[in-house]
Amino acid sequence: MRNQQVKILLVVAALAALAIIVPNTNSFLILLATRVLAFAILVMSVDLLLGYTGLPSLGQAAYLAVGAYLTAILATKYQFGLGYDFWLVVVGGILLGAALAAVFGLLAIRATGVYFLMITLALGQCVWGLAYRWNSLTNGDNGINLRQRPQFGIDLANEVTFFYLVLGFFVVSLLLLYTLVRSPFGLSLAGIRERELRMRILGYNTWLHKYIAFIIAGAFGGLSGVLWAHTAGIVSPVNVELAFSVDALLMAVLGGSGTLVGGVIGAFIVFGLREYLSTLVPWWQYVLGGVYVLTILYLPTGLMGIPERIRQRRARTGNREEEKEIAPVTP
Amino acid sequence: MNTQFWLIQAFNGISYGALLFLVGSGLSLIFGVMRIVNLSHGSYFLLGGYVALSVIWTTGSWALALPVAALSIAAVGLLMERIFLRPLGFDPLRQVLLTVGFAFLFQQAALDIWTGNNFDINPPDVLTKSVVVGGLYLPLYRVFMIATALAIGVVLWVAMEKTRMGAAVRATVDDAQMARGVGIDTSRVSMLIFSLGAFLAALGGVIGGAFLGIYPGLDFEMLPLAFAVVIIGGMGSLGGAAIGALLVGLADNFGKALFPEISYFTLYAPMALILAVKPTGLFGRE
Repeated sequence: MRNQQVKILLVVAALAALAIIVPNTNSFLILLATRVLAFAILVMSVDLLLGYTGLPSLGQAAYLAVGAYLTAILATKYQFGLGYDFWLVVVGGILLGAALAAVFGLLAIRATGVYFLMITLALGQCVWGLAYRWNSLTNGDNGINLRQRPQFGIDLANEVTFFYLVLGFFVVSLLLLYTLVRSPFGLSLAGIRERELRMRILGYNTWLHKYIAFIIAGAFGGLSGVLWAHTAGIVSPVNVELAFSVDALLMAVLGGSGTLVGGVIGAFIVFGLREYLSTLVPWWQYVLGGVYVLTILYLPTGLMGIPERIRQRRARTGNREEEKEIAPVTP
Repeated sequence: MNTQFWLIQAFNGISYGALLFLVGSGLSLIFGVMRIVNLSHGSYFLLGGYVALSVIWTTGSWALALPVAALSIAAVGLLMERIFLRPLGFDPLRQVLLTVGFAFLFQQAALDIWTGNNFDINPPDVLTKSVVVGGLYLPLYRVFMIATALAIGVVLWVAMEKTRMGAAVRATVDDAQMARGVGIDTSRVSMLIFSLGAFLAALGGVIGGAFLGIYPGLDFEMLPLAFAVVIIGGMGSLGGAAIGALLVGLADNFGKALFPEISYFTLYAPMALILAVKPTGLFGRE
């Protein structure tokens, strides 16, 4: 357990450092960190499915999109959610994400492996199709611009204030998900990931477990969408595209699936490369693609898996040296 | 909305379906043989179009562009399969992520080489005319598309049903382990099918480039459509891909004409439903 405590301390220290350092940098970095944290909530929801339940979702952007479109449509058409009612929109986004997942889950949960990838892809494309074509509601390809951020006592147009709000939501999400995956429910999810048949034989209703996990992931996706809408200031079909879902999945894998915080690291690296490197060199996307390909070829456990791999290697070489010492004795 | 409207829309749908067949049949065979969800398939389509453009710019020959583009992209697919996918083993998630990593690399490479402009591939003048059939003006190019897809479909069907290699492919689709057991070199089958898929997708890119245009982002537009074809038709089945392509082509055309606001929804919702009810697709084998 001591090992676990060290890890928790490290995460707390990293978050505290983030809270102190980021506001003192320039506005470019503050916005970047805000984006990363808002998106990281979606990545953690992917990780709940992928890393803890063993369900690789290729359509997670759909949940972010419904949350984001809800926020944008309410704000621009009804001037709703720009004061204290922002909190109602947050609740609405979470509920809408969960409701969409409850519908989609009915179709998707039965499938596993490759078929789960495909069906979540198809469901994500349904939402994309609506966002892209339903002009009267979503303004089609142009998307919806949010002109202002909410004001309630505090002014979220101030980027530092907004950063702290998103950081707060992120920390709460992390805590909730961390509690969830360590609860008996979370452990039975891991059991399903390892061997679903055995869990079923032990008497668990594995379908229901997966379904609930899917809905919870959808709820966090909706939350991240509400935050994303106000972070980016524009909601468009780009946020529902396949590439957007793939991004979330890749970040989870890059950081290390089954770790929750790994996704944040993945998000930092990908957004950092995309937004910072792109200002420096024209060939930044090769770096990004290269990072993906290399991670999958050589680091299947992601960045968070590196310490474990080093430890294993050390243990292995250690053993070999012991064997050498013993070897000459044998005739 | 008279008969003419329905006939024209049906014709457009069928010709679009012909194009989708070129992209979807390869994807379907790749999935059937290797169980790989190939997310770089859209990139083959786009790259095929770009290579054809380069050939046309340097030689001026559209007829030469077709084989050159298709063969060079087939070579790209071959290398990808041999060097990266083969050593990866059978983990669907890692395969998917690897192919999408490549899709991003191809996207950037295309942007660097051919810039971000929109291009059209102009077919030879002979094909830009129209023919009149029963009072309807049908663009000859679309007739050509249907004919090409039919020809390729027949060739593929004969190859799959009548040749030894085709039998090996079918055996691998049904049960790869058993096929290996009876002495079929499934690794060679995979290599062949993967480059064939890339070949067909690139061919589709050259042919489709005339009326879709060639532009950045087309890769990820075609990819979900190709998946719709594969899923509706059934994975690993050639006949299924043909029917799937026809259905998707028609649904896409009529959807856009009749209820534009939810046209993509009417395409992808049935696809999700089919997957939920029968994961192997309408015509796929269990």
